[in-house]
Amino acid sequence: MRLKDNDILHYALRNRKLRIGLAIIAFFMLVMLAGPLFARWEARERAGLYPSAPPNSTNWMGTTKMKEDIFSQFIFGTQSTFLIGFLAGCIGTTIGLSIGFFAGYVGGWFDELLMMLTNILLVIPSIALLIILAAYLPYRGVQIQSVIIGCTAWPWVARAVRSQTLSLKQRGFVSLARISGVSPLRIIFEDIAPNMLSYVVMVFILQFGGAILYAVALDFIGLGPTRGISLGLMMQEAFQNNALQVGYWWWFIPSGLSITLIVSGLFFLNTGLDEVFNPKLRDQ
Amino acid sequence: MKKYISRKIFMYLLTFFVAISINWLIPRMMPGDPILNLISKLSRQATNNARLYAELNQKFGMDKPLFSQYLLYLKNLTQGDLGQSIIFYPKTVAAIVSKALPYSLTLTIPAILLSFLVGNYLGALAARKKMLDNTVLPFWYVLTATPYLWLSMLLAWLLGSKLNLFPISGAYSFSRLPSATLSFVLDYLHHWVLPFASIFFVQLGGWAIGMRNLIIYELDADYSKYLRALGAPDKLVRRYAYRNARLPQITGLAVQLGVVVVGAITTEVVFGYPGIGLILAQAILGQDYFVVQGAFLMVVLCVLGANFFIDIAYIFIDPRVRHSMIGD
Repeated sequence: MRLKDNDILHYALRNRKLRIGLAIIAFFMLVMLAGPLFARWEARERAGLYPSAPPNSTNWMGTTKMKEDIFSQFIFGTQSTFLIGFLAGCIGTTIGLSIGFFAGYVGGWFDELLMMLTNILLVIPSIALLIILAAYLPYRGVQIQSVIIGCTAWPWVARAVRSQTLSLKQRGFVSLARISGVSPLRIIFEDIAPNMLSYVVMVFILQFGGAILYAVALDFIGLGPTRGISLGLMMQEAFQNNALQVGYWWWFIPSGLSITLIVSGLFFLNTGLDEVFNPKLRDQ
Repeated sequence: MKKYISRKIFMYLLTFFVAISINWLIPRMMPGDPILNLISKLSRQATNNARLYAELNQKFGMDKPLFSQYLLYLKNLTQGDLGQSIIFYPKTVAAIVSKALPYSLTLTIPAILLSFLVGNYLGALAARKKMLDNTVLPFWYVLTATPYLWLSMLLAWLLGSKLNLFPISGAYSFSRLPSATLSFVLDYLHHWVLPFASIFFVQLGGWAIGMRNLIIYELDADYSKYLRALGAPDKLVRRYAYRNARLPQITGLAVQLGVVVVGAITTEVVFGYPGIGLILAQAILGQDYFVVQGAFLMVVLCVLGANFFIDIAYIFIDPRVRHSMIGD
């Protein structure tokens, strides 16, 4: 057992949930990166001869009512959906981490103030905040959507990170660093952060998946990107054009299915990592 | 006890105050003149723009300093004046929102409670049972990852449009008027099943996963090991584990409420269900900002109320909270 030297890697490679999650995400990364080579039209270009055509040899996933090629829309939509998840995930994780770290580490009234703010924002449903923010933006791009999603998604991260920091703070090596006069910033980044790395990765993955779901919901109620395409927008357009009643399944099945798969993949990845880092949860 | 409750009430009031302030602030922070934005929509219908502009300007006190505008807004709010709808003219926002609210509540409350109960039960059942766990766990993960609106669309397309088993639009048939007759109730339930199912199933997966993980932790705890060492039957140990695992799940319920709102809104849109979510979506499309803001307030108020209710319920469920209070 050569792998035994590296316990984490050993369990990571053995963990089925982790492997499934990675496979799904890798597949969609491939779709996103290699897809444009096969996408023969722009997302909004008139591509097919017939409107609302079922999948055929020219338009592999059929066409929309506006004769757009659904396969091309699907490729570019997957790209922007990933972009939103990634950007919003980064923003949400960064804000939540910083607030949680500092609140937990500095403590005192600073902690109380930040936690009060966090608790207030935690109870106000973020979709409500998102709607009111997005509704007043005259122009919404993918980036703006990511920013507002990221800025409303951090409270639970802050709270969880704070309690983690509080428990780490009590450990011997942190006290030792403090007594030796190491600056708080250095302690946070050199002693506390590395111990939370696995946790941070998992938080990011959850934020990634959550952001995708929020973006889809926003797209669907008419607050999606004002230009461009996304998987959520595809479903909204399908719905608006009565695809359900008329049975244009090719218009809303691929987009919805891939969102479900991407987010499930992320959840699998998250649970897999949790089991790898957390021996108690492993299958016995 | 009093201290606990009054502290909670203070926090909720503060939160509500922050929410209504956000509701006031955001439109004013955004680029452009909010009143102009408002009537750019109206202008397609109304005849006298200048008069309308002056009227609205005065109503919101746009000519006054910001702080008095804020006070005016608060004053209107305390009188239940949420403004005037544009797309549903001449109805007031308060009237529209209060008419929609019962539909949303009768849809979401049963869905949340039932999925919580069933999900917890299933999760507890599957924990540490290899066969069951391996077969249902992936399914639950996929369920929680499903966008509510997509499940709604699938159900509407398959069961509604293809198999014609359920209606896919509205809360009752067009030909009917709400009444207390049996046939109306049946018709209402018939329309209720699919939107309910969409919210129920997506939620179900999350609760089951949460409970499964918690039970695994609890079965590993010292008290469980001790019980087993004493020779207690597996069923008894599990029952104790379940009682402990319930508490974090109830805390989770409070957190999840904000997420269920996403489901409720999008599901209502798919099924044309006349609740707050549908009103909100129509208002967004019609750029009817008063209605958007009114719906925002209603959603926040409901979630805050439910959170408060859970906080109070905690006193009765968690003996530790109860005992710490007797000490007060």
